[in-house]
Amino acid sequence: MRRTKNRTGNMKMILQFLKGIRYLFVLSVIFAMIQTVLNALTPQIIRYTVDSVIGGSESNLPDWLEGMIPKDAEVWTLLLGAAAMVLVVAIVSGITNYFSRMTLAKGNEGFVKALRDRLFEHIQKLPFSWHVQHQTGDIIQRCTSDVEVIRGFVTQQLMEVFRISFLIILSLSVMFSMNVRISLIAVIFVPVVAGYSGIFYSKIANRFLVADEAEGDLSAAVQENLTGVRVVRAFGREKYEIDRFEKKNQKFSNLWIRLGQLLSVYWGLGDLITGLQILVVIIAGTFEAVAGNITMGDFLAFISYNTTLIWPVRGLGRILSEMSKAGVSADRLGYILNAEEETEPENAEEPDMHGDICFEHVNFAYEGLQPVLKDVDFTIKKGTTFAILGGTGSGKSTLTYLLDRLYDLPEGCGRITVGGVDINRIRREWVRKNVGLVLQEPFLFSRTIQENISSFRPGAPFEEIQFAARIACVDEAVESFTEGYATIVGERGVTLSGGQKQRVAIARMLMQKAPIMIFDDSLSAVDSETDSKIRAALKECLGSSTVILISHRITTLMQADQILVLDNGRVAELGTHEELIQRDGIYKRIYDIQMSSDDRALLEKEGE
Amino acid sequence: MPAIDEQDYTKSFRLSIWKSMIPFLRPYRKTLITVILLNLFSAGIDIALPLFQSYAINNYIKMRTTEGIAFFIALYVLVVVVQTVFVIMFTRRSMRIEMLLGRDMKRACFIHLQTLGFSYYNTTPVGYILARIMSDTNRIASMIAWGLIDMMWAIMYVVGVFIAMLILNPSLALIIMLIVPAIVLLTIYFQKRILHWNRKVRKINSKITSAYNEGITGAKTSKTLTIEENNLRDFKEITSEMRHAGIRAARLSAIYIPLVLLLSSGATAIVLARGGDMVIQNVMLLGTLSAFTSYAVGIFEPIQQIARTFAEIISMQANIERVDGLLQQKPSIVDTPEVVNKYGDMFTPKKENWEKLEGDIEFEDVSFKYPDGHEYVLEHFNLKVPRGSTVAIVGETGAGKSTLVNLACRFFEPTKGRILIDGRDYRERSQLWLHSNIGYVLQNPHLFSGTVMENIRYGRLDATDEEVYAAAKAVSADLVVEKLEHGYASSVGEGGDRLSTGEKQLISFARAVLADPRIFVLDEATSSIDTQTEKLIQDAISHLLKDRTSFLIAHRLSTIRQADMILVVRDGRIVEKGTHKELLAKHGYYHDLYSKQFEEESAMRVLEA
Repeated sequence: MRRTKNRTGNMKMILQFLKGIRYLFVLSVIFAMIQTVLNALTPQIIRYTVDSVIGGSESNLPDWLEGMIPKDAEVWTLLLGAAAMVLVVAIVSGITNYFSRMTLAKGNEGFVKALRDRLFEHIQKLPFSWHVQHQTGDIIQRCTSDVEVIRGFVTQQLMEVFRISFLIILSLSVMFSMNVRISLIAVIFVPVVAGYSGIFYSKIANRFLVADEAEGDLSAAVQENLTGVRVVRAFGREKYEIDRFEKKNQKFSNLWIRLGQLLSVYWGLGDLITGLQILVVIIAGTFEAVAGNITMGDFLAFISYNTTLIWPVRGLGRILSEMSKAGVSADRLGYILNAEEETEPENAEEPDMHGDICFEHVNFAYEGLQPVLKDVDFTIKKGTTFAILGGTGSGKSTLTYLLDRLYDLPEGCGRITVGGVDINRIRREWVRKNVGLVLQEPFLFSRTIQENISSFRPGAPFEEIQFAARIACVDEAVESFTEGYATIVGERGVTLSGGQKQRVAIARMLMQKAPIMIFDDSLSAVDSETDSKIRAALKECLGSSTVILISHRITTLMQADQILVLDNGRVAELGTHEELIQRDGIYKRIYDIQMSSDDRALLEKEGE
Repeated sequence: MPAIDEQDYTKSFRLSIWKSMIPFLRPYRKTLITVILLNLFSAGIDIALPLFQSYAINNYIKMRTTEGIAFFIALYVLVVVVQTVFVIMFTRRSMRIEMLLGRDMKRACFIHLQTLGFSYYNTTPVGYILARIMSDTNRIASMIAWGLIDMMWAIMYVVGVFIAMLILNPSLALIIMLIVPAIVLLTIYFQKRILHWNRKVRKINSKITSAYNEGITGAKTSKTLTIEENNLRDFKEITSEMRHAGIRAARLSAIYIPLVLLLSSGATAIVLARGGDMVIQNVMLLGTLSAFTSYAVGIFEPIQQIARTFAEIISMQANIERVDGLLQQKPSIVDTPEVVNKYGDMFTPKKENWEKLEGDIEFEDVSFKYPDGHEYVLEHFNLKVPRGSTVAIVGETGAGKSTLVNLACRFFEPTKGRILIDGRDYRERSQLWLHSNIGYVLQNPHLFSGTVMENIRYGRLDATDEEVYAAAKAVSADLVVEKLEHGYASSVGEGGDRLSTGEKQLISFARAVLADPRIFVLDEATSSIDTQTEKLIQDAISHLLKDRTSFLIAHRLSTIRQADMILVVRDGRIVEKGTHKELLAKHGYYHDLYSKQFEEESAMRVLEA
């Protein structure tokens, strides 16, 4: 697996999803900055109040502000005014806080939605071969956990770093303007506090991982025990299981207890450093105030700025170390987003698909594997029924995948044409719309049966859905459910039997009304009686469609206009039923076994 | 990952539910008390800290002297250091309590689960049980260790601050107190709604995960139907719902937090106006005013915390209810005290009292319905299975072929009637006695993560390596093992998924052989297995059937034909019974099933010859 090493490239690509909503983030930062400035005002008001109103000393307000305060105001009025100012500032700050949060939330949700939608769309459009090569669980993990990490990075960490940096700059510049000496003392601690938590978190990150793994391990052990409950009981291994579980349980809790010991020291020391910083600033401030270098109001404002500064700084170190995780997640998402979607040729055609289907000397191998089709060459006349018989791995399903363009036939491996047009030149979606394919092991969506049948045409009239179900002989089964066609299938609903699933899938395909219909062993799970009933009903409504059937049942095969026997990727026999039973080949042998007065045959096999 | 909609439990506070936690807390009561005391001290220090600032103002800055400041500094440093020590001590203990409580609850759940019957497992999804053992216990433990204790700290702090304020200046203190109920009401109002929306967000989130799951596993089908665009449209609907809910949740916080901050500023404003006036009138010292401002600001975070934690504790009741619900679940099959007395229980089996199991099984007038079912699937059923004979059960997928095996293995007990093993009702002997004599091979053979060796040895824990090799050889599993990189030490992966179904089956055969059971149960695989492995499996089955009473839930003709008796199941009921010849001659349902199977297998045999 080739990994994209281009980390900044991946992050850049992901940040593209901010397009159109970037302004929300900018607004949020601006609001946050305004709020920070406003919050910085309160200590100034207090300082002014303490020094000038209460202390009675000369105020050091700028002239324009000084001018706004009535000269002859009473002390009590001034106090009230100061209090009112505090409230006004708080209200405005609250409003900006609200807008900052709301713009961020909107940006955040918009970003994540864009990212999730794109991932889903992209995954849907990735070629089938990509899906075969990748594990569902892993892809889901990337689409959920890694998206969360990226979300945290963009909307929390990145924003916090902006906010805290601004706060540090603002607080420090105000502090420095008030007194350089104490500010220097305060600022020395900033790198110490930030560095301390940064280093600690990156050091301990590994231990968190180990502890998380232990939890995953424990969870997996429980899950295994639960899913394997039959085996556990049947062997009477309850005690053994408990011992096994207890070991992992113990390991998990011990890891965290040890981690807790480290964390406690970290937290404790963090508190200590912060506490000492505040202490040093208070002491230094006291000395400066006693020496008369700062006023009482300055002192109070200073302590206040320092406190609002130091706690976010402590958070900064942790945030910076967590941000490194985002790079890994960006890579993991980049790996999906960079995979190439199914492509269309230039000037893709949309021809009429009611034509002869020709496989011309087709050779095919799945990536890196042995060839599955070797020089396969045959023609299916339009409107006829064509049957294929073959063993496991004979390549019969591959034929249908190629015809439906789930896999593309590479250059120089022969050609597949419909009505004389190479299907590689036909628009992929057009091909699939016109080729109805029922897979051997059909997949039903966990929705209602009605929704499943009308997948191709959502909102199709109910009569049509019912009709399709009737042709597929699944109408009675569906109507026997209490909810009828509204029955939800799958995990959250009713479990259908294999045969019922196949028949719902057939009904679903019929809704496509495609000129080419393929049944890949789609009636294997129903008995031969239902099988022939379905085929008879199908015949009624097929019209001019070409039908390709894959089956093991001679009674099914013999009704086809042509029969192809595939053996190990090659055409072994090809002809009508009559022709093939004249030859002494594979078809004839199977015919003999299946058709010779069946009861005796069934019993005779007993000796084998 | 299945998304399970957890039902909402009782919303109001119920003491009885909380009582179920007492047994888990009892072993740690000393540590708990220590933690609470440490928190008390710590809160005391937190309250004292602003006083240093106030003292500095009143005694040094105001007096313009630094006399005696050395002692002041020393005391201040000491307090900060002591606080650090408290934090370290308390954090360690809290973490310990959290982990040990979680461990104990997990263990209790797990042990209890080993006693629950299949009726529980059949009706409860694995994800649901897993969530109880892992997330619920984690949440309870962390809430008790941190949430409750933090709340106690916060309460102590708030009470302490009020006492300090009352001492410093009662009238100003009373004014600030007025703001407290406002904050509490505000927090309770918003927290309830925020919790509600967060829960909604989580629910939508699991919907998104399921949608990805379906989008990926159904990719092939979507392509053949060209419904990618429809799928995307549906998906976008869910993500829109998510965006809406996410913004709603954020809006609540965006209103709540500024409101609290505003109230806090209100307190500051009051202190400034009233306090400033008092200072000017010389009824209060300036340092005291500074301490008051610190308190007025500092008190808000703890008050919010109390209200927030309180809301969380109420919601934690649901977690406790769920864990307790699991622990209260009654095992559906229990050995009577007399049986336990004689044969021992799961943990201390009295093997010396165990009789040898011969393998005669008799269903005597058995009627049965599943605990969650409405109608009887067996009625007055009689069947004698002599030792060493083979019973095959055939029928379509989902027709209920496992019922008889479930009863014979005592995974379920008859609703009426008796099942006799070696002539005695099997309820007269312990479950472990019976289960120790059963070899069970599942349709999708379940292996446990670990090595091949460990998996085979699961059949008999005290088997030597040589015995394991011999067992593997007996069923040709050694051929599989040879192909693996590390031989018997190779890891099979989670659930054995590094091996193919056929390989897993052979390993599980070896496991059954090693157990040397008197009763053998095979739930045969339907998935296509290559012809070569198929042959190995057939030989292995023949080997296993020898001299054992066997039940085969069978799909392959060769397996079915080996049976001494065939039971045909349709829609949960046994519709035909007899030997292969008798049943074929009947031209009934068996004949249909058999012909269908025959067509496929005969074609396969010719094609792959």
